[in-house]
Amino acid sequence: MGPVTTIEGRAIPLGMANVDTDVIIPAHWLKTITRDGLGQGAFESLRAVPGNVFDKPEYAAAPILIAGDNFGCGSSREHAAWALLDRGITAVIAPSFSDIFAGNAFKNGILAVALPQADIDRLLEVAQTDPISIDLDAQSVTTPFQDRFAFAIDPFRKQCLLEGLDEIGLTLASDAAISTHETMREQALPWLATPRREIA
Amino acid sequence: MASKPRTLYEKIWDDHVVEQRSDGTCLLYIDRHLVHEVTSPQAFEALRLTGRTVRRPELTLAVPDHNLPTTARVDAAGRRLPIADPQSAAQLAALERNAPEFGITYIDAASVNQGIVHVVGPEQGFSLPGATIVCGDSHTAAHGGLGALAFGIGTSEVEHVLATQTLQLRPAKTMEIRVEGQLGPGVTPKDLILHIIGVIGTAGGTGHVIEYRGPGFETMSVEGRLTVCNMSIEAGARAGLIAPDDIVFDYLKGRPYAPRGEDWERALAWWRSLRTDDGAVFDKSVVIEAGVIEPTVSWGTSPDDVVPVGGCVPSPESFADPAKQAAAVKSLAYMGLSPGDKIEDIRVENVFIGSCTNSRIEDLRAAAEVLRGRHKDPGVKWAIVVPGSGLVKQQAEAEGLDRIFTEAGLEWREPGCSACLAMNPDKVPPGERCASTSNRNFTGRQGPGARTHLVSPAMAAAAAVTGRLVDVRKLTPCKPVPA
Repeated sequence: MGPVTTIEGRAIPLGMANVDTDVIIPAHWLKTITRDGLGQGAFESLRAVPGNVFDKPEYAAAPILIAGDNFGCGSSREHAAWALLDRGITAVIAPSFSDIFAGNAFKNGILAVALPQADIDRLLEVAQTDPISIDLDAQSVTTPFQDRFAFAIDPFRKQCLLEGLDEIGLTLASDAAISTHETMREQALPWLATPRREIA
Repeated sequence: MASKPRTLYEKIWDDHVVEQRSDGTCLLYIDRHLVHEVTSPQAFEALRLTGRTVRRPELTLAVPDHNLPTTARVDAAGRRLPIADPQSAAQLAALERNAPEFGITYIDAASVNQGIVHVVGPEQGFSLPGATIVCGDSHTAAHGGLGALAFGIGTSEVEHVLATQTLQLRPAKTMEIRVEGQLGPGVTPKDLILHIIGVIGTAGGTGHVIEYRGPGFETMSVEGRLTVCNMSIEAGARAGLIAPDDIVFDYLKGRPYAPRGEDWERALAWWRSLRTDDGAVFDKSVVIEAGVIEPTVSWGTSPDDVVPVGGCVPSPESFADPAKQAAAVKSLAYMGLSPGDKIEDIRVENVFIGSCTNSRIEDLRAAAEVLRGRHKDPGVKWAIVVPGSGLVKQQAEAEGLDRIFTEAGLEWREPGCSACLAMNPDKVPPGERCASTSNRNFTGRQGPGARTHLVSPAMAAAAAVTGRLVDVRKLTPCKPVPA
């Protein structure tokens, strides 16, 4: 994944709380063996309602989504992150995120920005008419009206996002430490370190 | 040096830290990895594209479950029947191809060992106390019932575990849910966990690992513990666990992957140390009184939308939080319910007994006890029982449970995830209700427009018999169930 620095553009003012991953991408879309094309199924049940916010022309290319508390709760499906990306959404702003979704978002270069509800309320208002800007390096969300909201982010995740680092590549650099740990486990807990293989 | 008292979670975590970076991120070693057909194809493909291999193939076990139809898998001559849906067939074919290519043990769809990953892991002794266990499925939390640190991961993490046998993580906060007293007769571990989710909410455990503690768990079966821990994710916690004890050790002894002989004795000695130390401090603590819990039913589209079966559908105004009020209005419209409707007046057209939450032998026994000598109500059009694995199916048939189900008018199916998430042909029709022993009542979860009411297996059986949501205690003489 490439580096992430700033994200600027219209923001879909969804505002809804507890948006679960079944809402982001329903299970029947998961029968794929690739990561592509899931945007078509994104928010299918919400988009079935005439006049829904996703289908308004001004948000057609919006890179940001604003939602309520506990965004991405439920299933661990990374297809939720892939569906957002396929729709061009590269940042979600919400008061809180489920742990698994937050991890999946990060691994796909999607910024999950947590801000207090009062800030979200203001951004929902701005998003009706104007664009929003997110600066990862400065850790801030700004509007054309001089609003500026600071957000926190895990320093390791920030570095990975800014530099577009390959996490597996980073871990493989610790290969020797993993091997040492495995040797230790093999000695202390051999039945756990090397299981029997008797089935299938 | 006297070490600081630690919680069970902290002990397992510390034991698996390979490296800790200055910012607090840890490289955590993973002992066991379960793989199914839905969340793994992209991970294997990425390994191929980057030329990476699987570091420790013997620590991963692959089994298909999500897509499989629950109708017959082989014909009379023992030949595999094709899967009609081409996408489902392609996903299964991908796992069948990927597992051997990367040296991973694969349990075939037609094997008696096949089943839902979260039933198969404990049943095979692949999941063990004190282990770190992951799977690309959020209900991996279930394995915490054995005293393991088990949690769901995304596909990028599946790839990371395959390539490195580790994950980069930060430690979670700790949360104690202390259950005081015992569950009343006819009240089950499913009712307990639905009640807990109702109390703490779907984000109550976010950022935390839950340890379930208290006297009720000391007598709870392994099946019950797996049910409770399974739904930790519905309370927002990525993992939930219960300290392992003799009930767990007796359950595991002799299972195919479990240690044997001298290894078993060494394992036991270590497992007995896996308890939260006296004086250990949790970041958050919640006390639940078991005695007041009734059979519990969900009324809305979020797992914390629960009420006792004797209660009524709440009005949106009864919630303090405006977001929750707005959600309740939407939920009621979707569910076709009005504030004040009595739960016991709600009619159901479908019954689903199954899923990684409630498809183990004890669950099927509980449902069969209610259905024995009874027949489903004519208003119930579709009622299926889907065992969690081929071995559960075999055991149930040996006990004659399958005949009780079929004589009561329920269908007896092949194992898999089935109508819990409706990826296979088992779906609830739009606008219809289902009394379901599964774990999520989300909009469209059991099929577009489907209306799910989460219940225990005994309550699902009672719904089949009466054609409505009903307090199972009115139907059957109840024996006390350990909390």
